Amino acid sequence: MIGQPSQSSSMASTQDLPSSASGPAIVLAGLRRDFGERAALDGVGLELARGETLVVLGPNGAGKTTLLRILATLLRPSGGEISVLGCALPREAWKLRGQIGYLGHEPLLYRDLSGRENLRFHAKLHGLDRAAAEARIDELLLTAGMDRRGDDRVVELSAGMRQRLAICRCVLHRPALLLLDEPDSNLDAAGRELARELIGPGAGQTRVIVTHDPDRFLPEADRVLRLGIGERAAVAS
Amino acid sequence: MTPSRVAFAAVLGKDLRAELRTLQSLPAMAIFAVTTFVIFRFGLDRTQLSGDLASGVLWATLLFAAVLGINRLFVAEREEGGFDAMRLAPIDRSVLFAAKASALIVYLLALELIAVPVFALFFLDSAAALGPLVAVLLLADLGLAATGTLISSMAVNSRSRDLLVPLILLPLVVPLMIAATGATDPLLAVGGPGYERFGTWLMVLGLYDLIFVLLGYAVFDFLLED
Repeated sequence: MIGQPSQSSSMASTQDLPSSASGPAIVLAGLRRDFGERAALDGVGLELARGETLVVLGPNGAGKTTLLRILATLLRPSGGEISVLGCALPREAWKLRGQIGYLGHEPLLYRDLSGRENLRFHAKLHGLDRAAAEARIDELLLTAGMDRRGDDRVVELSAGMRQRLAICRCVLHRPALLLLDEPDSNLDAAGRELARELIGPGAGQTRVIVTHDPDRFLPEADRVLRLGIGERAAVAS
Repeated sequence: MTPSRVAFAAVLGKDLRAELRTLQSLPAMAIFAVTTFVIFRFGLDRTQLSGDLASGVLWATLLFAAVLGINRLFVAEREEGGFDAMRLAPIDRSVLFAAKASALIVYLLALELIAVPVFALFFLDSAAALGPLVAVLLLADLGLAATGTLISSMAVNSRSRDLLVPLILLPLVVPLMIAATGATDPLLAVGGPGYERFGTWLMVLGLYDLIFVLLGYAVFDFLLED
């Protein structure tokens, strides 16, 4: 099932995109992912325009995180056609890397390094030059309310502070597509407001948000994908 | 694409900084080696070793101490999401292989800076062999690092990692150990270092290094796939 793109999308993007920058951000057709005999995803189809927000809902085990990891090129699909930012997956996954900001269940931060050292490490991996990286890291730590704890080792931080740092890591390289798995987890009310500045709709990127909290994210959604266990996915505009 | 030298320096710098801060691998490797030399000293009841026995004691100890470091080489990437972070970044994945192998070489050199003098103190009456031994150590370290990085990356996702690494690694490094002990044996001969077939063994070590460096470079990308 392929949904129609919303007409109300904002096309802003914060990073130079490849030549296919004018097409939809995500196109899925008959996406399937099996783990052994069990199908975690079966027949998922949708189309999402650039700048739009897709909210993915569903019970535990419905394949929400699996979908996000496939879009992030971290998992190979078992079948179906996938295009993300104009790159056909998994064949052109290498073209897509660096254009995705992925916020998963794990913060992807080294516990024995400080928050600032972690962000520097990721900035180098993404090819940011030193001066630009330092300015960007200062800006992000300030926005996330982590400027005073940025030099503490990650192992010494609370779960909420780690999530704030993970959000900083996710947007550090100004990705065109944000893949957010429960972005508010471990955040208090103040943390949610700060996170909204970095990964909220105002940032202008295409966003895919996996959540168990529809009340929080449905108002921001251009498209909604409902995944069920043993059912085909349903897309609503 | 991020330049490979930038990504290489980032990964190597991160590994060395984390190790200096936590000291999770190096002290264990060094303590293991020194303790093993003490056990050999009293177990063999000898204050001096030479030739093939000295060479065997040295290389068996260094190899098993190295296994401790190899076991832990990718633990942070596995447990703290480093693999995902690197798979999301626009980098050539063989950079990770090169950086991890280089980190392991640094660990091995640091281990040898402690272990070899202790070995000489316990078992040798002259330090004359230590100079030429450096060439053997460097070539063997490169081979051990290439093989160890490859095996460690394969085993890290298994719960039986600590068992798998030695089970797979030790058979693979048998040729390396034969060449390393073969080159070291004449250096530790009674009456001072000799150089019988020394060059041949160094060439065997170099060939082993070349094969496993190329193999690691060729297959590492596939090992990182889901």
